[in-house]
Amino acid sequence: MIRLERVTKIYAGSSVQAVDNVELEISEGEICILIGSSGCGKTTLMRMMNRLISITSGIIRINGQNVMDMDPIELRRGIGYAIQQIGLFPHLTVYDNIATVPRLLKWDKQKIDDRVDALLDLMQLEPDTFRHRYPRELSGGQAQRIGVARAMATDPPVMLMDEPFGAIDPINREVLQDEFLKIQAKLKKTIAFVTHDIHEAVKMGDKIALLDAGRLIQFGTPEDLLVRPKNEFVKDFVGADRALKRLDLLRVRDAMMTNPVHCHNGDPGAKILERMIENDLNFLLVVDDQHCLKGYVKLENLRGHHGPVEDVTRPMTLTVTPDQNLKEALSKMLTYDIGIVVVTDETGQLVGFLNTATMVSVVGETYDEHGGRWGKITADGRIL
Amino acid sequence: MKESLPKSTGGRFWIMFGVLLAFAAGAFFEHLGFFEFAKNNPDEIWILFLEHIELVLISSFISICIGVPTGIILTRGFMRKYRETILNLLGICQTVPSLAVIAIAMTYIGIGKKTAIFALVVYGLLPIIRNSVAGLAGVDPVILDAGRGMGMNPAQLLFRAELPNAMYIILTGIRTSTVINVGTAAMSFLVGGGGLGDLIFSGIAMVDPGYMLAGAVPTAVLAIAMNWFFGKVEQWVVSPGLVFDTQ
Repeated sequence: MIRLERVTKIYAGSSVQAVDNVELEISEGEICILIGSSGCGKTTLMRMMNRLISITSGIIRINGQNVMDMDPIELRRGIGYAIQQIGLFPHLTVYDNIATVPRLLKWDKQKIDDRVDALLDLMQLEPDTFRHRYPRELSGGQAQRIGVARAMATDPPVMLMDEPFGAIDPINREVLQDEFLKIQAKLKKTIAFVTHDIHEAVKMGDKIALLDAGRLIQFGTPEDLLVRPKNEFVKDFVGADRALKRLDLLRVRDAMMTNPVHCHNGDPGAKILERMIENDLNFLLVVDDQHCLKGYVKLENLRGHHGPVEDVTRPMTLTVTPDQNLKEALSKMLTYDIGIVVVTDETGQLVGFLNTATMVSVVGETYDEHGGRWGKITADGRIL
Repeated sequence: MKESLPKSTGGRFWIMFGVLLAFAAGAFFEHLGFFEFAKNNPDEIWILFLEHIELVLISSFISICIGVPTGIILTRGFMRKYRETILNLLGICQTVPSLAVIAIAMTYIGIGKKTAIFALVVYGLLPIIRNSVAGLAGVDPVILDAGRGMGMNPAQLLFRAELPNAMYIILTGIRTSTVINVGTAAMSFLVGGGGLGDLIFSGIAMVDPGYMLAGAVPTAVLAIAMNWFFGKVEQWVVSPGLVFDTQ
């Protein structure tokens, strides 16, 4: 846990507060994003946490201990540190780079060997291939991975990361972010993470601290910032497309309508046809006895059909799962020009469906302008 | 760093050229009486040669011991303000001809080996200091930030991050200084310091090219050997992770 109490930084020879009275708490196992435009003090704030920059006033506590009471060298050895420019030692191999802090802490060789291999595995880099490479023999993405591995070498509970994925192309960045989130889900580090990319912030952060001119403007979950921006500045910063950004944040399960109308594959065709006409339906989902999605039937296929529904059922190839985010679902719908997409779980069970209207209402801003809770349109059109 | 020249037509041409040159030089030296002199006085040349090596090694060693730490001190934070001034001052000192340095040293210390070594140390210092400063100041600050952030103390930062990364440039300075030193050491004869300068200056005085060459040729060989030696040291000491363009 990292606690900042009225932390202020004034650089020597300047009267401006680079960091101004910041009050912040990063809970155990959380990623807290420090974000803001350049010069807002986010990096300064982060670098004060391991005393690379001195604190003018205020208190920073890491796991309850005031950092000013600790030896700065010891403090830093206990905190993982990864920076945008990576800063791998060019004269050392990957192995030696990762072993930097373990060696400072005088681990024995066997323990370091094991740790390096484990970290390379974690970063999905084949240890035998990469152990003896020099940084110049690595691609940008690989170097970033090694940089993160080095920061995690001694398995520190607290990590400071200054745009650790900043220096690589967008595609690789996405990959690294996803990998890192997976690792974080397992290891549960307490992380202060500096970025200027709101997209990255929304994706990576459990909490986001938005800074401007050294002051903490808003601190809360990504949801908070997007849905309940405190003022115009926050609104501008998260961008006019903040509603779209929420697509990243929301899961299909948040927006889908559950228990869609359906029939069983053994139902007689004539009866189903009657029901569809009665309810003015063009098509109907078909499930089997285990509630697994079999496909759909169209109204015109049922006309004059007397057998069970399954004879005229067409398979449904395009589905999404409840855990996918809305952006992926919407992208599918746009790509295939469909207004509706069916949601099934991993076992193929029908769990719901998603259409553009619900998605718009879930993501849209009709509800939140005054900080009210956001609603959901149910299958029968009611707004919760 | 490893220059493995492909044995192309170009390479062969230069080998042939070298052989021809050596042959021509041999004929020329024969004409001047170099071989005859060398044949008649092997002991004298050998003793002076060893003396010369002694002068070079002692003075270069001292230059390194003073020069590299000076470079380190000049790149520490608190010296940043004075660094340029000090380097400029040293640069001006370097413009004094080596002969004058030896002469000045003699007026204060008198004659003998000590004077010679003192002058050689002073004269060899600048390239080492300048390159040490350039090498250390040129280390990517990002590396230092990373090191500091991981909890290296200043000494660990210096020995584990700064020096290894600056080593190539520092060694280049040492190499330059030592090779120059081999030539300058010939002057120590003038203050009674011995060395191959004995043969060179006597040869000049007696207008005896054979005599003079008996001093000049081993001096040249020693300079080339020193250059080669430091090239090797570079390969051992500089990490293969650091690549520098070799033309």
